[in-house]
Amino acid sequence: MKTPIYFDYSATTPVDPRVAEKMCLCLTPDGVYGNPASRSHAFGWEAEKLVDEARSNIAALVNADPKEIIFTSGATESDNLAIKGAAHFYQKNGKHIITCKTEHKAVLDTCRHLEREGYEVTYLDPETNGLISLDKLTAAMRDDTVLVSIMHVNNEIGVIQDIAAIGELCRERKIIFHVDAAQSAGKVPIDMATLKVDLMSFSAHKIYGPKGMGALYVRRKPRIRLEAQMHGGGHERGMRSGTLATHQIVGMGEAFRLAKEEMAADNERVRMLRDRLLDGLKDIEEVYINGDMEQRVPHNLNISFNFVEGESLMMALKDLAVSSGSACTSSSLEPSYVLRAIGRNDELAHSSIRFSLGRFTTEEEIDFAIEEIRKNIDKLRELSPLWEMFKDGIDISAIEWAAH
Amino acid sequence: MAYSDKVIDHYERPRNVGVMDKEDTQVGTGMVGAPACGDVMRLQIKVGDDGVIEDAKFKTYGCGSAIASSSLLTEWVKGKTLDEASGIKNSQIAEELELPPVKIHCSVLAEDAIKAAITDYKSKNEDSAKSA
Repeated sequence: MKTPIYFDYSATTPVDPRVAEKMCLCLTPDGVYGNPASRSHAFGWEAEKLVDEARSNIAALVNADPKEIIFTSGATESDNLAIKGAAHFYQKNGKHIITCKTEHKAVLDTCRHLEREGYEVTYLDPETNGLISLDKLTAAMRDDTVLVSIMHVNNEIGVIQDIAAIGELCRERKIIFHVDAAQSAGKVPIDMATLKVDLMSFSAHKIYGPKGMGALYVRRKPRIRLEAQMHGGGHERGMRSGTLATHQIVGMGEAFRLAKEEMAADNERVRMLRDRLLDGLKDIEEVYINGDMEQRVPHNLNISFNFVEGESLMMALKDLAVSSGSACTSSSLEPSYVLRAIGRNDELAHSSIRFSLGRFTTEEEIDFAIEEIRKNIDKLRELSPLWEMFKDGIDISAIEWAAH
Repeated sequence: MAYSDKVIDHYERPRNVGVMDKEDTQVGTGMVGAPACGDVMRLQIKVGDDGVIEDAKFKTYGCGSAIASSSLLTEWVKGKTLDEASGIKNSQIAEELELPPVKIHCSVLAEDAIKAAITDYKSKNEDSAKSA
């Protein structure tokens, strides 16, 4: 077993060696390096063929038509293109957008930008389990609502939103529905033939493909139109200009193909490992799971260890690569906005650790992690005045602390 | 966050962790910070009849640099008079530990903690002087 151990698969994943192998065949002089847009020679045709195959594999994972897949540089660009593109194109229908406070910054910041352009945005509060109330969503919908953007799986707490039900609500009202599926593709089955989702963002590097590569699903029936954000040679049916990066696209295609083949087995294995991790930690005093445990991807475990500050815990867990909702790990010094939005107090947000597991996680690594965590929680609580006060029966929330 | 070796050393082997009886008139206690901000530091000093700090203990909830700042401070104040100890500046702590700019507030908190402990000790002993 090699340390440090990678438990941050929700941040990014390594490229699967089978994916890397295919990518390498599209770069060098003896490989398929042509421009897929070159129509006049075999170099272009061969590249186009590989791009088409990749597009089909990506579409197949979500049961879509390959023509509905638009290549982008990643989920951030897909979110920007979907939200700005649809809001601009359909602005005559209204300038109201609905999203949720726990969305990824790529969605939230794009919505903020549209607010500056004169759009109105409703940011829904999720319930304490991280899920959106359909009643609250319905109540927020107006005649001038043009777009709803809700992520499928949350990146911090791993909860799965009911996009099937949200899609029905949107379609009934002819509101465009965008879903950020960066964290769900390859982990949760997605069927575009039945889901009433109009736009869906994908990322390659979250499922063992390369970084800098993503896609946007754009529905054809009923047809959704977008105002392009990137102008140029009119690639990707005019929605996203720029020479197609064959090797990146091939990588994403292979990653999605493997995900379709191996998702069921991967999920089962990862769930077993996640449950093993949880079992090893749940009897520690004062631990809190963040987010719903049922409506959740098996890869994610987000736990707050009360009275221990997250950054110091991560320092102690130097052999484990995890992430924390602690302010001290962010440059803004603000604790996780996702945990605050689900009603966790600042203390628990500061004390949170996200473990995200993946294809290459082993049982041995999980057992090592449990041991390391238990040892270091004890050590840090010995150092914590809050833990001592808790043990002495002092109500910490009743103390008037001087904020600094 | 890339920390200096000194921060890591204090973090991994914190000095003078513990608690003193805060009712003891020889003991001054300073607790600063707030759980919501991610930092709570408790620094205690035991002062001899000659006004010299004989012992110091701390407990800190916070990031690595907060723990290191308080650990370092307990080492520094031992053997110092109250006046000398209250003269310790956060900049000296930050410099010794080579804290990155975003962590300077941890050293400020440590300075606040020793000042609060000294104030607590003094107010206790004024009271006992009056009642005597």
